[in-house]
Amino acid sequence: MQIHSFLSPPAETARRHGPNDRIVMSSRVRLARNVRGFAFPGWAKKPERVKLLELIRPAVEGLPEMHEAFSETMDNLTPLDKQVLVERHLISREHAAKTAGSGLVLNKEETFSVMINEEDHLRMQALRPGLQLRQAWTAIDQLDSALEKKLDYAFSNELGYLTACPTNLGTGIRVSAMLHLPGLVLAEHINPIIQSVNKLGLAVRGLYGEGTEALGNVFQVSNQMTLGETESTIVERLEKVLSQIIEHEENARQTLMEQKPKVVYNHIGRAYGTLANAHSITSKETMNFLSLLRLGVDMDVFPGVQRSLVDELFLTTQPAHLQRKLSDKLTAEERDILRADMLRECLKNVSRPVVKKIEPSGLDKSSDL
Amino acid sequence: MSAKKMCSVCKEKPATVFLTNITADEKAQKLDLCDDCAKAKGLDNNLAMFPFADTMLGLGASQEIETGSGGVETRCPRCGFTQADFKKSGRLGCAECYQTFAEGLSGLLKTMHKGTQHVGKAPEALRESRDVTERVKALQKKLARAIEDEKFEQAAELRDEINRLTPRRTAKCA
Repeated sequence: MQIHSFLSPPAETARRHGPNDRIVMSSRVRLARNVRGFAFPGWAKKPERVKLLELIRPAVEGLPEMHEAFSETMDNLTPLDKQVLVERHLISREHAAKTAGSGLVLNKEETFSVMINEEDHLRMQALRPGLQLRQAWTAIDQLDSALEKKLDYAFSNELGYLTACPTNLGTGIRVSAMLHLPGLVLAEHINPIIQSVNKLGLAVRGLYGEGTEALGNVFQVSNQMTLGETESTIVERLEKVLSQIIEHEENARQTLMEQKPKVVYNHIGRAYGTLANAHSITSKETMNFLSLLRLGVDMDVFPGVQRSLVDELFLTTQPAHLQRKLSDKLTAEERDILRADMLRECLKNVSRPVVKKIEPSGLDKSSDL
Repeated sequence: MSAKKMCSVCKEKPATVFLTNITADEKAQKLDLCDDCAKAKGLDNNLAMFPFADTMLGLGASQEIETGSGGVETRCPRCGFTQADFKKSGRLGCAECYQTFAEGLSGLLKTMHKGTQHVGKAPEALRESRDVTERVKALQKKLARAIEDEKFEQAAELRDEINRLTPRRTAKCA
């Protein structure tokens, strides 16, 4: 089966709702596992990786969660297929670079994705919309418990699950959430927040994880330490920190509207103007403007517009999603034109932002505009 | 719009030095450093000699996996992985490498994690034996204290309980 016909249409994925999804776009819990007696994927020779894939893949496919799943080896996926999966956060960029000897098993609902022979033999993740870390942990814990009956995991009583990189040792868990934080960025409060989150032993990364930029004001917060604490403790800490970040973001938005409404309306208005009228626009520019449009929807300046419209565009305007609609390979410049055409079309029924009347005092405070 | 990148080492100052290391299998490892940390790592004048893996893993240049006795390079008997390979990639070769390089790794794990003893989930098959081991350990401590306090009646009870737990475990292994 082709991955394109398997994946849900972006309009549908954008309508998946979860708690706090105004700020928390998605939750994810990933576990790293390895099979005893085999070298880790980065060190194993190709025949060993292939043998391992043949051992692991049927075990994963046989799980009840993977009923009617998509299962494929990475050499059977085109670069475009892989990029689409990366843009949907279903596989890592590292896994997209893999070929023969690596594989992917993805369930129909796109809530479980198991990467075989990524950095570890198994990287399994549970994904949920909104803030649902505990639910994601419970789900992946169950899947892992079912899989351990079929595969002999490399485990030591002292060091826990043994992983290729010592940074994942022990629980092999990475708990993360994707946050949309335009308020904190506009208020220039984001750096102190990132610093204090770092001090708690948590990492803040960009949209596509390690080493990526925070495009569209989207940040990933995740645990770094995996040994010496239980999974529940790690999930709880993330939950606590996230609820605080959510509060800070809400406060930042409120304060901005009270003290600098003109700054906020200016950003949202310009974003709308460009997105609805441009004839050529890059992916990066699009994401940053869509973030402001999303903020505008949250603040009710686009009455009748659903957040899902923005979230859908967030996905469909990315390079691989744009490219897969067409049979001809496009250049970056051609894509920018096509992207702008699509945005104008999708936003033609979105009216100009409705701005609340600003009190003179509010205007004064915005005079540094 | 995007946040300023912070130094990956001290996590306090904004990064001014951005390193990308392309490994042999063409993976990119990135490292962002502030001026001070870059200098501390000897990066201001000698890029080529920079111990990338060490810094990635939160180590100073001096704290690498220690060489085996007599300066002979340790090699994993299971997979042939060496510590030079670890320095290059920051990853190990196989599960057994954790035993092979245990000594050198222990310091590294301390700086990297909350603790050095796993306390999370365990495969069900091993969970029971681990629980028993922990209970026996706790009982043995209690027993020692009881003997010290000359509470011999309590000590006898504890000894019986330990005995009850231990043969069950050996029987299971047999």
